[in-house]
Amino acid sequence: MTPDSSSAKHSSPSLEGRKTVASVRDLKKSFGDRKALKGISLDLHESENLVILGRSGTGKSVLIKCMVGLIEPDDGAMNVLGFNVRTLTPEQLNEMRLQIGFSFQSSALYDSMSVRENLEFPLKRNLRIFDQQKLDGMVMDALQEVGLKDSVDQYPAELSGGMQKRIGVARTLILKPKIMLYDEPTAGLDPITSAEINKLILQVREKYGTSSIIITHDISCARETSDRIIAMVDGRNKAEGSFDELKNLKDPDLEPFFNY
Amino acid sequence: MESLKAYNVKAKFQKVVLGVADIYRFVRKVFKQFFSAPLEIRETAKQFYNVGNRSLFLVTFTAFLVGIVFTKQSRPSLSSFGAESWLPSLVSQAVVRSLGPLITGLICAGKLGSNIGAELGSMKVTEQIDAMEVSGTRPFSFLVVTRITATTLALPLLVVYADIMALLGSFLTVAILNNTGFMLYFNDVANHVTYTDIFSSLIKSFFFGFAIGVVGSYAGYNAENGTMGVGKAANTGVVISMLIIFIIDLLSVQVIGLFR
Repeated sequence: MTPDSSSAKHSSPSLEGRKTVASVRDLKKSFGDRKALKGISLDLHESENLVILGRSGTGKSVLIKCMVGLIEPDDGAMNVLGFNVRTLTPEQLNEMRLQIGFSFQSSALYDSMSVRENLEFPLKRNLRIFDQQKLDGMVMDALQEVGLKDSVDQYPAELSGGMQKRIGVARTLILKPKIMLYDEPTAGLDPITSAEINKLILQVREKYGTSSIIITHDISCARETSDRIIAMVDGRNKAEGSFDELKNLKDPDLEPFFNY
Repeated sequence: MESLKAYNVKAKFQKVVLGVADIYRFVRKVFKQFFSAPLEIRETAKQFYNVGNRSLFLVTFTAFLVGIVFTKQSRPSLSSFGAESWLPSLVSQAVVRSLGPLITGLICAGKLGSNIGAELGSMKVTEQIDAMEVSGTRPFSFLVVTRITATTLALPLLVVYADIMALLGSFLTVAILNNTGFMLYFNDVANHVTYTDIFSSLIKSFFFGFAIGVVGSYAGYNAENGTMGVGKAANTGVVISMLIIFIIDLLSVQVIGLFR
């Protein structure tokens, strides 16, 4: 499965009857005087691609960082894969995080490690796998998924932005997560590379059945990858629906996205 | 105007108290993870090698020169009292008790404090630490505990090495100026350096190493605001480490005085 393969098709299956794998209720978070989240709520269903669409600075990234316990919210409830995120012990938090893949906006590859070492790192530290043959197999499989087998011995600084993003996704896929969180997956990429990343997001869902939350302000990413979109304005839910439903709303806060 | 000044003083005081409380929590976490988390032997060994590798040349060069300079500057004063033969005794006690640990501590504060601060700081601002956190790979244990353990264990060894280098520098000066033999010089050194001198020097340098590791790691691990934050972390790693080294040195003189 490579990002440019044509096997992945974007289907928007009905969400009815599907299990909810994550839910957020009335989440609030402030940084000093600045209120980043003012009561956002969402539900993520099994094998669903949920896009959170909003302008920069509306608290989208804060939302998913709260969901994995990187940021402590001020108020609200979060349930992810049956874990009540706000009351977890460090051990439970780790157990939950192992089932979640987080693709960072900056890729966040460990720059002192090669691509191989980046991918081996979670395997060695979480799954305690030290058999080099087994590690090599798993690393190459994950790189095959993102179409970058040849980059295995390169360092992050030697890779382009798009390649770094794909390696970042491969590093999370190697632990076979149930939920993927993509933070601005196409930010700073050219349209062709962005399209490749969009295809990769769809292929991950197709192959592994993962549920994904995709944080973006890129309307083409939202159109290509979403089953459902939550539009976020000023730290709150503004509207929810499919791409076409939101486009037809003619909401003054959302129109600039669709008319851009 | 007066009340505004009072408000600023109060705010600064609060900031200092909160900072100290935060460092206390950080150190407590270091001890907790050191004793509870799996030992990171390979990474600690790697960091230990880095500490030695980064500092060895500077320590060698500086300690050797200090030995020469201190001997040359002390010689005229002792000569005027006809006490030139006390030179090995004076130099050895000064080097082992104070100069060796202090010079090594300051060099390592400059070299390692900045290095650890910048390294962890850049990992923090590029979300690499967050990436480790969300993949459940215990970054605190891997990045912080290993570095603090390495600096704490390496400093005493570097101090012993610096003492030897400084004494060699001193011997070379005495040998050239007074035609003194190697055995005679080092017999005199051995007769005047006590076990209390050696152990107090080692214990002091153990604390120096711990302080350098903690300050550098704390500054780096809590870096924020992009590249500016990395620079600040590196700077804090050096300045505060140096300050703490002088404080530890002062305290150790008082404590060791009780045993002499």
